[in-house]
Amino acid sequence: MRVREYPDFFIYRDEKRCTNCKLCIKECSYGVHFYDKKTKRVLSDESKCVGCKRCEVMCPTHALSIQKNPSSFRENALWTETYIKNIYKQAETGGVLLTGMGNPLPYPIYWDKMLLDACQVTNPSIDPLREPMEIRTFLGRKPDALEVEKKAGKNILKTHLPPQIMIDYPVLFAAMSYGALNLNVHRALAKAAEELNILYNTGEGGLHPELYKYGKHTIVQCASGRFGVHPKYLKAGVAIEIKIGQGAKPGIGGHLPGEKVDKEISKTRMIPVGTDALSPAPHHDIYSIEDLKQLIYALKEATEYQKLVFVKIAAVHNVAAIASGIVRAGADAIVIDGFRGGTGAAPTMVRDYVGIPIELAIAVVDDRLRKEGIRNQVSIIASGGIRCSADVVKAIALGADAVYIGTAALIALGCTLCQHCYTGKCPWGIATNDQKLRKRINPEKGSQRLINLVKAWGHEIKEMLGAMGINALESLRGNRERLRGIGLNEKELSILGIKHAGE
Amino acid sequence: MVQIDAKNLDYQHLNSLIRTKIAKGENYFILKHVNGQRYIGAGIEKNIKIEIYGTPGQDLGTFMQGPEIIVHGNAQDGVGNTMDNGKIVIHGLAGDIAGYAMRGGKIHILADVGYRTGIHMKGFNKKNPVIIIGGCAGGFLGEYMAGGIIIVLGFNKEKPNVGMCLGTGMHGGVIYIRGKVDPSCLGEGAILKKTTKRDYKILENLLKEYCKDFSINLKKVFDSPFQKIVPASSRPYGELYIA
Amino acid sequence: MCGLTGFLHKKRKEISGDLIATSITNMRERGNGLGGGFAAYGIYPEYSDFYALHIMYEDNLSKAETETILKENLYIAYQEIIPQRQTPFISTPPILKRYFVKPKSALSPDDEIVKEVMNINLHVKGAFVFSSGKNMGVFKGVGFAEDLANFFRIDEYKGYIWIAHTRFPTNTPGWWGGAHPFALLDWAIVHNGEISSYGINKRYLEMFGYHCCLLTDTEVVAYLLDLLIRRHRLPIEIACKVLAPPFWDEIERMSEDEKKLYKSLRIVYGSALLNGPFAILFSFKDGLVGLNDRIKLRPLVCAETKDMAFMASEECAIRAICDKDAKIYVPRAGEPVIVRLEGGTD
Repeated sequence: MRVREYPDFFIYRDEKRCTNCKLCIKECSYGVHFYDKKTKRVLSDESKCVGCKRCEVMCPTHALSIQKNPSSFRENALWTETYIKNIYKQAETGGVLLTGMGNPLPYPIYWDKMLLDACQVTNPSIDPLREPMEIRTFLGRKPDALEVEKKAGKNILKTHLPPQIMIDYPVLFAAMSYGALNLNVHRALAKAAEELNILYNTGEGGLHPELYKYGKHTIVQCASGRFGVHPKYLKAGVAIEIKIGQGAKPGIGGHLPGEKVDKEISKTRMIPVGTDALSPAPHHDIYSIEDLKQLIYALKEATEYQKLVFVKIAAVHNVAAIASGIVRAGADAIVIDGFRGGTGAAPTMVRDYVGIPIELAIAVVDDRLRKEGIRNQVSIIASGGIRCSADVVKAIALGADAVYIGTAALIALGCTLCQHCYTGKCPWGIATNDQKLRKRINPEKGSQRLINLVKAWGHEIKEMLGAMGINALESLRGNRERLRGIGLNEKELSILGIKHAGE
Repeated sequence: MVQIDAKNLDYQHLNSLIRTKIAKGENYFILKHVNGQRYIGAGIEKNIKIEIYGTPGQDLGTFMQGPEIIVHGNAQDGVGNTMDNGKIVIHGLAGDIAGYAMRGGKIHILADVGYRTGIHMKGFNKKNPVIIIGGCAGGFLGEYMAGGIIIVLGFNKEKPNVGMCLGTGMHGGVIYIRGKVDPSCLGEGAILKKTTKRDYKILENLLKEYCKDFSINLKKVFDSPFQKIVPASSRPYGELYIA
Repeated sequence: MCGLTGFLHKKRKEISGDLIATSITNMRERGNGLGGGFAAYGIYPEYSDFYALHIMYEDNLSKAETETILKENLYIAYQEIIPQRQTPFISTPPILKRYFVKPKSALSPDDEIVKEVMNINLHVKGAFVFSSGKNMGVFKGVGFAEDLANFFRIDEYKGYIWIAHTRFPTNTPGWWGGAHPFALLDWAIVHNGEISSYGINKRYLEMFGYHCCLLTDTEVVAYLLDLLIRRHRLPIEIACKVLAPPFWDEIERMSEDEKKLYKSLRIVYGSALLNGPFAILFSFKDGLVGLNDRIKLRPLVCAETKDMAFMASEECAIRAICDKDAKIYVPRAGEPVIVRLEGGTD
């Protein structure tokens, strides 16, 4: 009845191709493959396999194929394999089920139920390859009106605008802590953010001194554990993000297992080596909305009102009301992380069953802020399972100013979503601080891959905008007219604020 | 010679009248009091001549193959739209979209043109369309040009000689601009190249006829050097797509 | 596709509606008979101090309901059915009435009138206020422009600013409320093109109390002008630069002061940007403005003589009504052409 006896994956090794070169033994960080001296062959223990596919990719003769274990339980719609094995695990250990990355369950994906418009005849589509197409965005609080006066025949601006952050693509790199990821990945993210003229987020692990030079493209996060938070840190970036919650685990704090806390992490986070870095669930100085206002202004004062303050929340049931409160508390941007958001480690029950889809959250928050006449006081950044440029366009049409990508960025670096980030054994060198493994990420190559991804999405976004006859992103933002639902019921259409295809 | 008073004549009647007369063997028409009638000369395949007094409407000479049309006044949008051969001379302004998809022939304009002149002009072997503009051109001149020649003389000093996105998406053909070109005007895929002796020979050849049409002193045209704009590549989007 | 034309006489010489009708009829090709309309200024000199509300009613019920609301908040000096001429080309017109009113409340009368208009359009089924300015009026409906000119007896009005429109609807079926011009207070606008940013322009205006009930994208332009120019007091040319702003590339090349101004305009008023092809003419009590979208996807031609200024979709529409020596010129993309009456207030 031990879970080891029911492996998730089956390792198929083509004996005709395998040359026993032992590369798979080196590549696998979970100790799956081993050399059997007696038979002089490389063998595999599938009970340890997490399905990361590193060995499959690296095998020089393509001899390996990692497959879902064909050996199955009797079909049962209610008691699937996952539930059965989870009970075995808990019966054995008495532990809380832990997992990584984002919610994988088959809840409705609203991105896939919204279609985009295109112009024909009555309005020309615009050719993004040859005609101007603007996707530049400005994040920050904006006044309702501008005062312009005439002086000596010239128009002079009288209003003083609060600080704005200019980004050349409406795509930013999400918060993924130094600790959850290693320094090489952060180097890649920071460098790519600089090259693309967008931003990356330190996450709650603090900021490594080497990365201060990317300050103009950095959002520093202030989470409940306040890891690495000191005055120079707060002033290092262009914005400070107060992390109230995240989509993967609404209501609970960050979790960095002790396996991943090495000397460097220990230094930046200022905790002993090998301890679990558990961030408290709430900020212990925010128990009500007025406390949030207090923290926001504390940060603004500490940074002389030069930095924007973002507030990041998980998308939960009353997200619209919370958002309204956050605006009135003085935030410059609200980050909403939907229930598909990724994480290095989260209790499975919370990751899979708490929170709501980001598509609905953007729609209701944007609606609510407009109804209250305060929409222009914040930028909305949407996050949580943005998979492609079409998702970005839909998010903006629903009302977001920009999106964060976390999972997508890691996939660009090689991640295969095996969901075992919490082990610290990521064989791709991404979610690990292991001395040897982390060298598998080359920051130069990594940043190039991230740049490629965002640039490609930029081209695609321009194509979709052009098809809609729009040549400036601000004309798409909140323009629900350009979306149509398909296969959605009345309620869903009403919440998203869109019509059904055909209307 | 046939003289037609176009006052109060709608375009269908006017054009039908012209076609009927052409079928009867007429080949020289003078149209008076033209104001806004569209499609004059549309699709005509004979080498006739039409002189227009007034303001012809949209799509003058569209799809034509051979006629010579002279306008004593301004023209509106769509002059020479997809024209295959022939000549159009405008003693004034022309509007937007002149010479769209032009495949041959000449368009000579005395004053300014609007936006999107010469989009997707194309040439092959002996067929090399030419557009010559005496004043200034608006944005997107020569967009997606695949062949042919556009010349801008810039005699109107009140405006810049060219607008934004000059030659954007060019992959064939050549644009000559008299005077300075602000490099920020260049569109995607268009580059400045040195104007050679051969270029000046081509220019002289073409501008001789132009100057004759408008009684302009040829020397005046060459008192400033010409800039040459050509495509950077004949396959500008080769690296963009991945399957 | 649509056609538009307009002119003003700088010295406020009163000109009969015949002239504008001639001009718009010349561009009959640009419409398809599903809409047309006119706006004129200086036509109600005896009531020049009152707001002239032009209202269309589906039936007597909506009329009764509306008139109850009007009596509540407004003092009505005079009211009558808008004079009409029977013509076989205009069938089943709605009930068309005009009221010369002043708000009872002493607070900002302009705001009060806007509130009344939004209230009626939003809440009274079958009633739509289509003109609400002082000493000016809009006359519009379903039909070709020349037939509507005949129907509304346009030749009997004399004004010093006239604009007209012939419609070829794109998104919604032609209906009386959907014809141009769209008007609010003394702003009247005619539009050729399609606003691809309509969805967000509309939601942006709703935040400020404007409700778009007339099922036509052009409606947002009238309200944006009221918001930007009357309420936010932006100079007209700056308001035009909100609707058709310079590209970021161009802004980068501007002087520091200008760069700050235009960058801030785009940042703050991004949701008011009109995207998509357009040529618009808008008139107000002191002048006439023509504006194209930033890459000039629709035609607009202007002309000026000593005393008059003309703007139209096609040169022939101007030639049909102006002197031979009129100087024709073509505005650039995104550059407003603003002509004011002599002795105006702004």
